[in-house]
Amino acid sequence: MQRFNQHLATLDADLGYNFGYLDEQTKRMIRRAILKGIAIPGYQVPFGGREMPMPYGWGTGGVMLSAAVLGRDDVFKVIDQGADDTTNAVSIRQFFAKVCQIDTTTSTDAASVIQTRHRIPEQALKHGQILIYQVPIPEPLRFIEPRETETQKMHALAEYGPMQVKLYEDIVKYGYIATSYAYPVMVNQRYLMDPSPIPKFDNPKLNQSPALMLFGAGREKRIYCIPPYTEVASLDFADHPFAVQQWSEPCSLCHSTTSFLDEVLIDDQGQRMFVCSDTDYCQQQQASKQEPCHG
Amino acid sequence: MYVAVKGGEQAIQAAHQQQAQRRRGDLNIAELSVTQIQGQLSLGVERVMTEGGIYDQELAALAIKQACGDQVEAIFLLRAYRTTLPMLFTCAPLNTQKMRVQRRISAIYKDLPGGQQLGPTFDYSHRLLDFSLLAEGLGKPTATQEADASTGSNTEANTEPSLQQPFSRVFNMLEQQQLAKPEVDCAAEPADISRDAIHFPCSRAARMQQLSRGDEGFLLALAYSTQRGYGRNHPFAGEIRCGEVALEICPEELGFNIEIGSVLLSECEMVNGFVQPKEAPAHFTRGYGLAFGFSERKAMAVALLDRALQAQQYDEAITSPAQDEEFVLAHADNVAAAGFVSHLKLPHYVDFQSELELLRKMHQSQHAPCANTGYPSGNPSGQPSKQTVTKETDNAKV
Amino acid sequence: MDNLAYVLPQTNPLASELPLLQAEQLSQWFAPGKGFAPLDLSLYRGEVLAIVGESGSGKTTLLKALSGRLTPQQGQVLYRHGEQAANLYQISEAQRRNIMRQDFGIVHQHPMDGLRPRISAGGNIGERLMEVGWRHYGDIRAQAKSWLSAVEIDIDRIDDLPITFSGGMAQRLQIARNLVTHPKVVFMDEPTGGLDVSVQARLLDLIRKLVSELQLAVVIVTHDLAVARLLAHRIMVMKQGEVVEAGLTDRVLDDPQHPYTQLLVSSVLQQ
Repeated sequence: MQRFNQHLATLDADLGYNFGYLDEQTKRMIRRAILKGIAIPGYQVPFGGREMPMPYGWGTGGVMLSAAVLGRDDVFKVIDQGADDTTNAVSIRQFFAKVCQIDTTTSTDAASVIQTRHRIPEQALKHGQILIYQVPIPEPLRFIEPRETETQKMHALAEYGPMQVKLYEDIVKYGYIATSYAYPVMVNQRYLMDPSPIPKFDNPKLNQSPALMLFGAGREKRIYCIPPYTEVASLDFADHPFAVQQWSEPCSLCHSTTSFLDEVLIDDQGQRMFVCSDTDYCQQQQASKQEPCHG
Repeated sequence: MYVAVKGGEQAIQAAHQQQAQRRRGDLNIAELSVTQIQGQLSLGVERVMTEGGIYDQELAALAIKQACGDQVEAIFLLRAYRTTLPMLFTCAPLNTQKMRVQRRISAIYKDLPGGQQLGPTFDYSHRLLDFSLLAEGLGKPTATQEADASTGSNTEANTEPSLQQPFSRVFNMLEQQQLAKPEVDCAAEPADISRDAIHFPCSRAARMQQLSRGDEGFLLALAYSTQRGYGRNHPFAGEIRCGEVALEICPEELGFNIEIGSVLLSECEMVNGFVQPKEAPAHFTRGYGLAFGFSERKAMAVALLDRALQAQQYDEAITSPAQDEEFVLAHADNVAAAGFVSHLKLPHYVDFQSELELLRKMHQSQHAPCANTGYPSGNPSGQPSKQTVTKETDNAKV
Repeated sequence: MDNLAYVLPQTNPLASELPLLQAEQLSQWFAPGKGFAPLDLSLYRGEVLAIVGESGSGKTTLLKALSGRLTPQQGQVLYRHGEQAANLYQISEAQRRNIMRQDFGIVHQHPMDGLRPRISAGGNIGERLMEVGWRHYGDIRAQAKSWLSAVEIDIDRIDDLPITFSGGMAQRLQIARNLVTHPKVVFMDEPTGGLDVSVQARLLDLIRKLVSELQLAVVIVTHDLAVARLLAHRIMVMKQGEVVEAGLTDRVLDDPQHPYTQLLVSSVLQQ
């Protein structure tokens, strides 16, 4: 009973839940998995994932990581598809505002912890920041080999030939590698890793990043990490090098020519325009251009 | 000028409000109480407890109320709540032999020690809608109850609750005659799938836990598939028993077991096709299933699958989905399955944009002369066009 | 005679080096009459050893045990590469798979067992190159093309799927896929098994040419004495899991000692 009473004492009186929703033992278990993941960059660490109050597939892995690393002084940002105002981002941000009562922000610069789904912010991350990815299928080899027992062996023995064959076949069929998101990377020249379904546009930002990157797959109960300043290489061929998407026009709102653009249909005649998927970046670009001193 | 859609917060709030209204329904009709659900929808409550992983009728009933009767949603609510509970004790192994039996049947012996006891069941009722249940608030017995009382004088089966001493399991008797091999405790610390990720190949303990928490519909369908020839294992319902079993813990301060309550359980032991090992007499094989409450359909499905998943142990060819441990266990959890299927509703603008960009690139190169690709442009084999665009994940399958 | 017969000569008549592959007291019994009894054998660089016998004589099981694909109940298999001898079933799985990937080739009777049916011919040949680190698309294709020519497949078929190939062509593709990384030992299980007679002759010719050009060591399992006569330096005759006779091919076929071998040889002559 003593343990139970201790547990009750740590609960937030108003809320009925512990800081960050998870109990301290569970958080410690997750932190141990994170430490192991940092020690073996790109390796998928199995962990005792718990059911969270949002559905599997909606970011429970990321939410568990955030719950385990957030402290009372952290400033938290959540994006989905690059935007702070998409419903799922709002929902997760509200959840942590409630169970942690910490400050939240939409500014990439001001955030100490950023949870993301499908994007890396345009603005370069800094040393000391943590970027937490929501991962649906952590296994990069899953659609080549459905069996966990086999893929584990392939990772253990670094047998990544079949993945390269898949890229080879792409070039045979299309003339180029036809994978546009969740583009596989080799981490620290050892482990093949799925960078989560970020567009391949974001892959270069993984390499030698000053920020700590944590990847959480709740349903599949796996955590993997890229420590700061780690080599992350996108798979390719010497004569068919990895290349990112490009747009022929700038963002219609901030006129950026270097950011990832979402296509927006503006009428039913197929008229469309392109805008930054990263809303914070887009707003900052717009603001800086409106300042008179730059005018 | 285009302005990106804002106001996610208000939209979410409004959605919650509408759902709350829908849950409450017509305000002129009295609200359903949790006690009513607990008392009158007990089978639903028991399924939610089993798959939600908490034995608490009140919370399960609350979850059903909150989920508008959606079982999978209610199970999810209970599971998410379970995450916040500390683990205080691990109870002593339950002794189902000492079950206070409310129902006990065997399909392999006409009569046996302890007898056949039907207890509450739908098994022998005619599935006719009982319109007398439409008449609300009347304390009289319904037509169904009366009909069953007049025809239900089963001479073979004692329908009275058991007042006897605990009686032996059917399998104990088979074991004594060397017709079945006793289940032996492997003495290893059992896995706990609610705390640790499941590893394949996994232990029987982990398998039984995953099956018990697994979706009843999925397991039922797979169990059914074994009966239709996809991994046949020749089952007989050796014994099904339902009743209260005492729950005991051993607090460190005491050093001996004390009873802290009881749980209502359904247990099924299947007798399956025999084997003839070199070093032991020929014997039947067996499968085991356990679930909270009166959930014998679930317990039977679990028992069939427990046996199907022993295929490797008996050197049987693994040819069917029900025998494939990774396939069955990795897809049995409905909280995981419902979550991942429903996540398709989340925005995928960025990935879709990437695919759009790729498709447009393909359109362009289809119109452009095919010189820049560095591979032979001719296709003498006359195969289908290589420009056929399929989703990237399908291509990845080799 | 029988006792001596199953021990193959331990010294190579052609050279004085140590055997490349050596089995010692190797055995695998699934059930009475299934598997093979303890036996010793050695294979030298550039040598072709044929294992002959009717179906069910245990020769395919033996081939699996020799090639690292079946942990035997008893005995060991030594593989010498460089200065070292690796005991195939005592080294780690990683080391074993590495040897199998780089130094061994395995040609299955049914080509689709050894090919990826939904991957182009070029991808099938290129896979082993990519496994050992090749990362230049053009170079991989150049290699694939040169191997397609070597096995007499039109290089225009490089982007076609193996399922569109005839049986003989698929078998030649399987051989190319195995030889592209220049293995030291190739294990072949009835490589001409399911093919028409005319296709068989062409394939045998090709195998003989490649074996001598590349100085391959080969263990070939066959029920066909003509295949053994054409390809093998030495021959080992198996019956119900036991080696009944072994020796130089000409000696065994021209002067069979064991009644079973005599029966096999005479039945061929009668055809």
